[in-house]
Amino acid sequence: MRDVAILGVGLNKKWGELWSMSLRDIYVEAALDALDDAGVDHIDSMYVGCMTGGMFVDQEHLGCLMADYLGTNPVPATRVESACSSGGAALRQGFIEVASGISDLVLVGGVEKMTDVSGDEATHALSAASDMEYEAYQGITFPGLYALMARAHMHRYGTTRAQLAHVAVKNHRHGAMNPVAQYPFAVTLEEVLESVLVADPLRILDCSPITDGAAAVILCPLEAARKFAKKPLVKILASAQASSTIALHSRDDMTWLESTAKAAAIAYRMAGKGPGDLQVAEVHDCFTIAEIMVLEALGIVERGRGGEAAASGMTALGGKIPVNTSGGLKSKGHPVGATGVAQAVEIATQLRGLAGPRQVPGARIGLTQNMGGTGGSSVVHIFEAV
Amino acid sequence: MAGIIGYGAYIPRNRIKVEEIAKIWGADAPSYKRGLGLEEKAVPGPDQDTITLSVEAARKAIARAGINPKEIGAVYVGSESHPYAVKPSGTILAEAIGATPEVHSASFEFACKAGTEAMFVCLCQVESGRIKYGLAVGADTSQGAPGDALEYSAAAGAAAFIFGRENVIAEVDETYAFMTDTPDFWRREHQHYPRHAGRFTGEPAYFKHVLGAAQGIMDKVRMTPKDFTYVVFHQPNGKFPLNAGKRLGFAKDQIETGRLVPKLGNTYSGSSPMGLTAVLDISKPGDKILMVSYGSGAGSDAFIFTVTGRIREVQDKATRTRDMLDNRKVYLDYGTYAKYRGKILKAE
Repeated sequence: MRDVAILGVGLNKKWGELWSMSLRDIYVEAALDALDDAGVDHIDSMYVGCMTGGMFVDQEHLGCLMADYLGTNPVPATRVESACSSGGAALRQGFIEVASGISDLVLVGGVEKMTDVSGDEATHALSAASDMEYEAYQGITFPGLYALMARAHMHRYGTTRAQLAHVAVKNHRHGAMNPVAQYPFAVTLEEVLESVLVADPLRILDCSPITDGAAAVILCPLEAARKFAKKPLVKILASAQASSTIALHSRDDMTWLESTAKAAAIAYRMAGKGPGDLQVAEVHDCFTIAEIMVLEALGIVERGRGGEAAASGMTALGGKIPVNTSGGLKSKGHPVGATGVAQAVEIATQLRGLAGPRQVPGARIGLTQNMGGTGGSSVVHIFEAV
Repeated sequence: MAGIIGYGAYIPRNRIKVEEIAKIWGADAPSYKRGLGLEEKAVPGPDQDTITLSVEAARKAIARAGINPKEIGAVYVGSESHPYAVKPSGTILAEAIGATPEVHSASFEFACKAGTEAMFVCLCQVESGRIKYGLAVGADTSQGAPGDALEYSAAAGAAAFIFGRENVIAEVDETYAFMTDTPDFWRREHQHYPRHAGRFTGEPAYFKHVLGAAQGIMDKVRMTPKDFTYVVFHQPNGKFPLNAGKRLGFAKDQIETGRLVPKLGNTYSGSSPMGLTAVLDISKPGDKILMVSYGSGAGSDAFIFTVTGRIREVQDKATRTRDMLDNRKVYLDYGTYAKYRGKILKAE
C-alpha cells in the first residue's frame, strides 16, 4: 500500500444560503479551488460525496454530472453515499484508490444543496439517514433522536444543559474566525440557553444549520507528491470506517457511539498514534450533544466526561486539544455530503500552518471524525504534516 | 407640480395578538414576537373586505382634498385580496364615493405593491393632463394559512391618495421602479392561501428590490439618506424595514414614524402607503419623504415627496392613522378570528 498525501484543498467561497448557485456550481467552484491549490491540470479519478441530491434537488447520477461540468470526462466519477458521512466515506474511497496504486491523482469532493426545499422537506430528506420504517415514519426527527441521546447522557452522567451550550459557544467563537462559515459570529451562553426550543433539551443554537456548500481535496501518492508539491504536504496516516445499528433504539447503549469508537480504534492502530498524540480535531457536531459523545468515543476524554471538555476550555483554541477550529458543523454549516471532506480541508490547513487567526500553533497531527445518522456509520481519518 | 392633494387610511378595530395565535398552534410566542418584530395585527370584521376598507380610506382622502368626487377621473384599487376574481373593486368604490359615471377604473395586482402601482399610474394620468383628479388605493384583507408564519402578520388596512396639480400637499419629486422575475411568494387561481419560499423571501427578494429601488432613486436625484426627514419601507414584519433602513444608512428615527407594522401587521398593498399616511399626519412643510414599496414576484416602487405649506390645513380634516392604530381596539380570541376570516363556516 502506498502512502497517500493531500496535495491540495478547496472550498466554495462562502457557505450558507446560496440562492444563485446550483448543486453543480457549488461543487465545481470547490473542485477548481482544490485543483488550483494542488497545482495540477488533470486527475485520474473522482468521487462525489453527497447524501441526497435526489431529495434536495431531484438530481442523481452525480458522478457523471460533476465530471461533465468540471470538464474531466472521461475519467471515472463515482458518487458515494453514507448519509451525513458521505464526505468522509468518499475520502476513504479516494484514499483506497490511491493507496492501492490504481490511480495517482484523485479528486474527492463533497457537496450538498439544501436550501432549494422548504424546512419541512429538508427535515424529511435528512430523516432518510435514520431508519425510515422504524424511526422517521413513527414521527421522530433528527433533533428528536439527538434529544433522546442528550437526555440519556444527562441522566446517566450528569451532563448539564449548560455543558451542551458551551459546545455551541466554543464552535461559534472558532467559526467567527472562518470567512467561509455560514454563521461567522460568536454567541453567548445565555443566547444558546434562551434560544428557541426544538426538541427538549436541544435548542436551535444546539443544532447545525441547513447549508449549501462544497469541499474538495486532491489526493496523490506521497512519494510522487514530494517531487512537485508547491505547498506543504499532509500525509493521511489512517483511514477507517465502522458501522453500527441504524436505529437508535437497537443500541445496547444510547449514550455510546460504537461505530465511532470502532473506527477510531482501527485508525489509531493504523496510524500508530493514540488520542494523546493529536493536536487538533474536527468532529461531527451536528448537535452539541454529538460533539460530547464523539470526544468520548474517540478516547479524547473519558467515557461520561465529554460534557466537561468544552466548558473547561480543553477543546477550545488555546486548550489542550482544540476541536472544530473551523467552527464545526454548528457555525461553519453542515452541507451534509460536503462535511466530511471539509473536515479534512480544515485539518490539512491546520497542519500546513495556514489557518490564520484560528491556527493551532505547531499542529503536526490531526484527526477528523464524520458520522452518518445517529452514529450508524462513522469515518475517522488521521493526518500528519510532512 | 403634480402630487398628493388628499390622503387617508383605514384600520379595522379588531386585533389579534401573536400570543393568541401561537397558543393555538403550540408555537413559542416570545420567539415569534422577537423574530418577526410583531405584537398584534389588525383583523377585518365579518362584514368588511378590501372594498369597504377602500371606501373608508377614500372618504378621508376626499375630506382632506376638499374636492367634489365627481371630478375624480380615475379610481384605481391595488390589492391582492380583491373580493371578486372577475368584477372590478373600483366600480363599487367609485359608486360609494360618488365618482360615477365619468370615471376610469382598474384593479391592480402585484402582491404587496399593487397600491403603489395604482399611485404611479394615477400620478401619470394627472401629470399628462388627461384627468383632473385621480384616486389611488392600496388595500388588503390578506390571509396567511393557519399555523403558517404568515398568519401572524397578514393583516387588514387601506390607504387612499388623491392626486392633482393644484392645492398639492406633497409634491412628487421623482419616481423609480426596480423589478425582476423573482418568485418568492405566490398564489395561484383557486388557491385560498398564498405560498412562499421561506427564507428566500428575504435577501434575494425583499432586500434586493427594496435596497435596489431606494438606492436607484437616490442616485437618480443625487440625494443621500441624510437629505430625508422620513423614509417609509414596505413592512412585512417589524425587522425588515429596520434592517433595510440601517443598510441604506437611515437612522431609526427617520424610519419609526411610518413603521406601523408592530401593532398593525402587514397590510400588503396597504403597507407602505399606510406608513406614508402616518408620516403625512405629522409632517411639516419642506419635509422630504422617501417611500419604497415591495411586491413579491418581485419589485419595488420608490417615490420622493416634498411636503408643502398646505399640509397643516388638511391634517385634522380626518382621523389620523396612528389614532386608528392605537385607539378603540377590540381584541379577538382565535375562535372569533377564525370565524371572521372564514376559516370556519357555520353549517348551512
